[in-house]
Amino acid sequence: MEYILIIIGAIFVNNIVLAQFLGICPFMGVSSKVKTAVGMGGAVLFVMTLAVIVTWIIMHYVLIPFEIQYMQTIAYILVIASLVQMVEIILKKMSPALYQALGVFLPLITTNCAILGVAILVIQKEFNLLESVIFSIGNAAGFALALIIFAGIREHMDKLNIPEGMKGIPASLVVAGILALAFMGFAGMV
Amino acid sequence: MNQWKNFTKGFIKENPVFILLLGLCPTLGVTTSAINGLGMGLATTFVLLMSNTVISLIKNVIPNKVRIPSFIVIIASFVTIVDLVMAAYVPALHAQLGLFIPLIVVNCIVLGRAEAFASKNTVLSSMIDGLGMGLGFAFALTILGAVRELLGSYAIFGYKLINTDGMLVFVLAPGAFIGLAYLVAIVRRINK
Repeated sequence: MEYILIIIGAIFVNNIVLAQFLGICPFMGVSSKVKTAVGMGGAVLFVMTLAVIVTWIIMHYVLIPFEIQYMQTIAYILVIASLVQMVEIILKKMSPALYQALGVFLPLITTNCAILGVAILVIQKEFNLLESVIFSIGNAAGFALALIIFAGIREHMDKLNIPEGMKGIPASLVVAGILALAFMGFAGMV
Repeated sequence: MNQWKNFTKGFIKENPVFILLLGLCPTLGVTTSAINGLGMGLATTFVLLMSNTVISLIKNVIPNKVRIPSFIVIIASFVTIVDLVMAAYVPALHAQLGLFIPLIVVNCIVLGRAEAFASKNTVLSSMIDGLGMGLGFAFALTILGAVRELLGSYAIFGYKLINTDGMLVFVLAPGAFIGLAYLVAIVRRINK
């Protein structure tokens, strides 16, 4: 039951993009087509879960025993950057099909603050390893959900007559604002 | 004169937030009030200034293939310094900004300036570039924070102008997106 609450909370109530403002760059940049949004969502799900497992282990078995928690930021960003590189190399060798689908999104993920953000959040919330994994899956699903809905709306926006000054990013930001308003309806559910 | 241009470009002409649309996560996340925006902006300015300086100093020693990881380590070190200093001297602001302080590491502006400017230019112009871009970022965050605070609680820098509740939606998440949308449109109009 507790785990279901974590998942629902991460996807709807505290949506990582629309309520916590993490991962806005790919949200604005990649999500103009539903197909690419699905690819990005899959890549984030994969990397986020892996990154949270690895950083959680590093925190609890390296940083805390040696009492160097202040190295968290440096250690985490290095781990995430090398993890992304490794995933890219392994996928290329093991599963070319999956690499084809996720490949172009992988380099972008290193600078995706959602990954580092969730890795730090699970430490702040003092989750155990299983809770951390579930929390990161929920957050990645929330990220994918927001990205796919947003892409769906943007595909239709091409047909609209938008005032000159609002074209492009400003109009997208207004749409994101309305979407955030809709997600606020889930507040208080958990 | 040229250095002056280098310094001022970050404010309107190449403003990192309004024109380049970089670093949107902290922009939207912390600007619930003008003070928070200013604090976040100044923290980023410090990181940007220091990382630009150090990177332009050692740019010839770093092998080309590992330059991005080296930049990230340098940036992460300064972010850790800011994090610890703020926790010690301004604990209230540090608690408000929370997660977004360590996330300066992945702010695209910092790595972007390191890669696009500091790795190619002299120390002095890199310092001026870092300072200008950082203050431009702080300027944008303060404006957005002030607009949201003004509409959301009829106050500015914590000073209440009208003694009633404001339009709460501007302090919450949707107000961040919509406020930024209109500011970007206005700055584009000014730049024309």
